Amino acid sequence: MIRVVLPPHLRILARVEGDVELPVEAIEGPVTQRTVLDALESRYPVLRGTIRDHVTLQRRAFLRYFVCGQDVSHDPSDAPLPDAVARGEEPFYVIGAIAGG
Amino acid sequence: MSGVRVLVGTKKGAFILTSDGKRDQWNVSGPHFAGWEIYHMKGSPVSPDRLFASQSTGWHGQVIQRSDDGGTTWEAVGNKFVYDGIPGTHQWYDGTQHPWEFKRVWHLEPSLTDPDTVYAGVEDAALFRSTDGGQSWQEMAGLREHPSGAKWQPGAGGMCLHTILLDPSHPERMVIAISAAGAFRSDDGGRTWKPINRGLHSQYIPDPTAEVGHCVHHVALHPARPNVLFMQKHWDVMRSDDAGESWHEISGNLPTDFGFVIDVHAHEPDTLYVVPIKSDSEHFPPEGKLRVYRSRSGGNEWEALTRGLPQSDCYVNVLRDAMSVDQLAPCGVYFGTTGGQVYASADAGDNWAPIVRDLPAVLSVEVQTLP
Repeated sequence: MIRVVLPPHLRILARVEGDVELPVEAIEGPVTQRTVLDALESRYPVLRGTIRDHVTLQRRAFLRYFVCGQDVSHDPSDAPLPDAVARGEEPFYVIGAIAGG
Repeated sequence: MSGVRVLVGTKKGAFILTSDGKRDQWNVSGPHFAGWEIYHMKGSPVSPDRLFASQSTGWHGQVIQRSDDGGTTWEAVGNKFVYDGIPGTHQWYDGTQHPWEFKRVWHLEPSLTDPDTVYAGVEDAALFRSTDGGQSWQEMAGLREHPSGAKWQPGAGGMCLHTILLDPSHPERMVIAISAAGAFRSDDGGRTWKPINRGLHSQYIPDPTAEVGHCVHHVALHPARPNVLFMQKHWDVMRSDDAGESWHEISGNLPTDFGFVIDVHAHEPDTLYVVPIKSDSEHFPPEGKLRVYRSRSGGNEWEALTRGLPQSDCYVNVLRDAMSVDQLAPCGVYFGTTGGQVYASADAGDNWAPIVRDLPAVLSVEVQTLP
């Protein structure tokens, strides 16, 4: 099971409480930013366009991805995530920047 | 007894205010979509319980919500707004060319005849249409591809398409307005467009009478007389009697002709409402007095409406989509402020009272008259 932590706005939009849990079998290929977000958006289509651009799949400017205490936002989207994320021991965080009012 | 439903979009969520035909006791529902900016909400004229809402934040982009029960429950529908083809460039603040980039939906305009058809005016300026109740969106690219497109430029709030007027007597005719490009009209269902800015004079652009480049803030019409258009421009209140072919100024005795909103009485096509704002550098009412101005003569002669509105120390703004009228008799008039008040008049503007006082900054107000 892969755990994803969403910011509050997106939890409400997706109508989920707490962490999202994605079965490993929902991940197509290696566990990467791209495959985790693909699986997340496949399960919750309402999130399409709210984390990544619909067409380019670029991360939205004011969001970041954290795993295992590291900011991996600028890592290649196809780079494997740490095994602890793949094993469900550590979540994949989608973080909203502390900005705005 | 008939009633009204007031749809209020704010910087931090949506609110729905309902009342019976007396319009003196109100029920407040919300916040819906708490924490999100709701630029606009509007109901279908042919299926009034079908509502559309534009929901966005800088973090998460655009979401479109639809309700089929008058706002009790909502469903997120399509949010994929992709320009048709390679969108090209428009003028940027520094005069260079800048690629078109979708940012948000400013205005949603449901079809007058089909509950599944709705138009969206977006930033960077373009017009989209959905024919499946908002599930999917297609750009009506003829507007953005007008040869003048490269000369369009953003106003202070962004390059937004904020006004969409559908002509009830000419189904193929639409009028839109963009800040800061001007007004445009299509007579063929949105396939081709022409600028309709002759007569506008904007001293803040290099050629004050240019074909495009005018900062139009809002345009309104009366459905029984759609050839007559009323415009609140950045400065100047304007009127056209020929569907925008030419414009003349009707600012008359207004204390300032800067402002954002303009609307028309539901039963009197020559009765207009504006809210004068001091200037483009001081976005609040002159003298700290919140006054709606009404003309009963189609412009030029204006009277201040003050009863029930704050007449001292008031420094709010009233944004371009934040005024609306109901269809009851006498006509109800409504507007919202950046201070979070929504004011209502149940007697065509003679007397005002706040429905709510402490909402987040109001971005838009639309009113539905219910059977």
